[in-house]
Amino acid sequence: MRAMTYRGPYKLRVEEKDRPRIEHPNDAIVRVTLAAICGSDLHLYHGLMPDTRIGHTFGHEFIGVVEEVGSSVENLVVGDRVMVPFNIYCGSCFFCARGLFSNCHNVNPNATAVGGIYGYSHTTGGYDGGQAEFVRVPFADVGPVRIPDWMHDEDAVLLTDAAATGYFGAQLGEIAEGDTVVVLGAGPVGLIAAQSSWLMGAGRVIVVDHLTERLEKAATMAHAETLNYDEHDDIVVELKKQTDYIGADVVIEAVGAEADGSFLQHVTGTKLKLQGGSPIALNWAIDAVRKGGNVGVVGAYGPIPNAVKFGDALNKGLTLRMNQTPVKRQWPRMFEHVRNGHLTPRDMVTHRFPLEDISEAYHVFSAKLDGCIKPLIVPSAS
Amino acid sequence: MTDPAIPSAYVRDKRTPPPSREELRARIPGWGVDLDPADRPSYPKEQYPAQTGAHWDFPDRQSGAEGRERSVEHAFVTPVFGTAQPLHGLSGAIRRFAYERYSEARNGHWLILIAGDRVDAWGAHLRSFASLHPDNPVTETGVRTEVTHGGLTSRKGRSDARHQLLDPLLVAGPWVAGAGAAVLGTRRLVRALRG
Repeated sequence: MRAMTYRGPYKLRVEEKDRPRIEHPNDAIVRVTLAAICGSDLHLYHGLMPDTRIGHTFGHEFIGVVEEVGSSVENLVVGDRVMVPFNIYCGSCFFCARGLFSNCHNVNPNATAVGGIYGYSHTTGGYDGGQAEFVRVPFADVGPVRIPDWMHDEDAVLLTDAAATGYFGAQLGEIAEGDTVVVLGAGPVGLIAAQSSWLMGAGRVIVVDHLTERLEKAATMAHAETLNYDEHDDIVVELKKQTDYIGADVVIEAVGAEADGSFLQHVTGTKLKLQGGSPIALNWAIDAVRKGGNVGVVGAYGPIPNAVKFGDALNKGLTLRMNQTPVKRQWPRMFEHVRNGHLTPRDMVTHRFPLEDISEAYHVFSAKLDGCIKPLIVPSAS
Repeated sequence: MTDPAIPSAYVRDKRTPPPSREELRARIPGWGVDLDPADRPSYPKEQYPAQTGAHWDFPDRQSGAEGRERSVEHAFVTPVFGTAQPLHGLSGAIRRFAYERYSEARNGHWLILIAGDRVDAWGAHLRSFASLHPDNPVTETGVRTEVTHGGLTSRKGRSDARHQLLDPLLVAGPWVAGAGAAVLGTRRLVRALRG
């Protein structure tokens, strides 16, 4: 089969690989019909994630058709069109039993601090991902869901991570009616976090970024006020002014480890790898939220330490809440929101690349060329 | 009455109340439909789902766990695991050392894994030159999109353009240094052989 393969930092290509096979009785093999590149894939692409092996196939946002099922699979049959949460999880361990599907203890031997994720290095279990023609889907009775007939494929693929993560981020903020919510980052996750903040009763939503096309999207798609941090000497001071010196009631950090905004932090973190990426967005969140406020973190960070201003968080009495998204928990309610038009994930899609052009897709997305907000990948077999 | 010029942070309440529900509902599709925390799927954080689809107390064990690397914070290799790229060669030995020697709590664990990643990359590059499919830093970096997708115009006025200037150095630098070392080494070898 054709599959994206990692060749080292900033380098990847499409290769012929063995088609995945059933390795466990509850596995399924899914033929991928549509995939996406996630902003967190860029952490792998840039060599930030430990134990990213040469030959690894990335991709944790994908939908497809069931091609084969293992002997114990009861809930899926060959031919089902399925959307697959980015979490690989067993549904039965201590953590899954409590709904913490992203923290499963039965799928990732390489680390206990993170669960299993498709195509996200061996640090998350060593599973090849969905930027390929076929993918192995463990625990087929637990994760995948048949795509509803009414749902657009592009909405379905975005619900496997980016959209679900944005919605989850707003929940982490514990928004109360009338709250002023600041969303850091107008990428795919931030856009949905901004839309979701309104659903939870925000009185004001401000989105911060520095890419004009993304800020325009935040204004049109998410009805948000926007601030371009490049236009302000200090974005934290501007946010204090915007909130009458109180600070935001809630800040949602939807940027993660490759944040721009500080040349020093970015270069030391993401270029020189002297820390686990750039923590500038997290520090802005801590500084911009009001005392006693909530910070919801859904930006992705790896296991290497960052220079985070924890003292400010303590002294301000903040509530910091975070996790990888337990995707399937979000879906029943999110399906309603998408069907009713309250959440519009596919509005963020700007580019569609064939799998064979995936090196180009990564470069365009990484360098943010051509107004790219969300690129989709179409495998040749689809 | 407090001086209205004094910002809200210094008095009891916000001076500008949020817009009314009616105003927000008229302006924002779906405003407030999840206002009640009970409507939010992740509230409370821990829930006991009635059904997850699992029909086992503990999953069947996948075969092939013997010798597979694992975090020392795990009691055993988990019943299901990825088999994408098994450990091999020098990079495999480095990574195995990181897994066996250090827990996830130790920086050494992660830094050694990163070192293993770089050794893996360089080994793969070298092996590729002895294959029919050598690495090509031009096609594999997708850099042609700098021409096809407006590399210059896209970056105009953007603050991140400053650090993106470092990317070619990070990508091409080791290749240039490697090529230089190869040329120097070859010259020395030729001179030594000539005598």
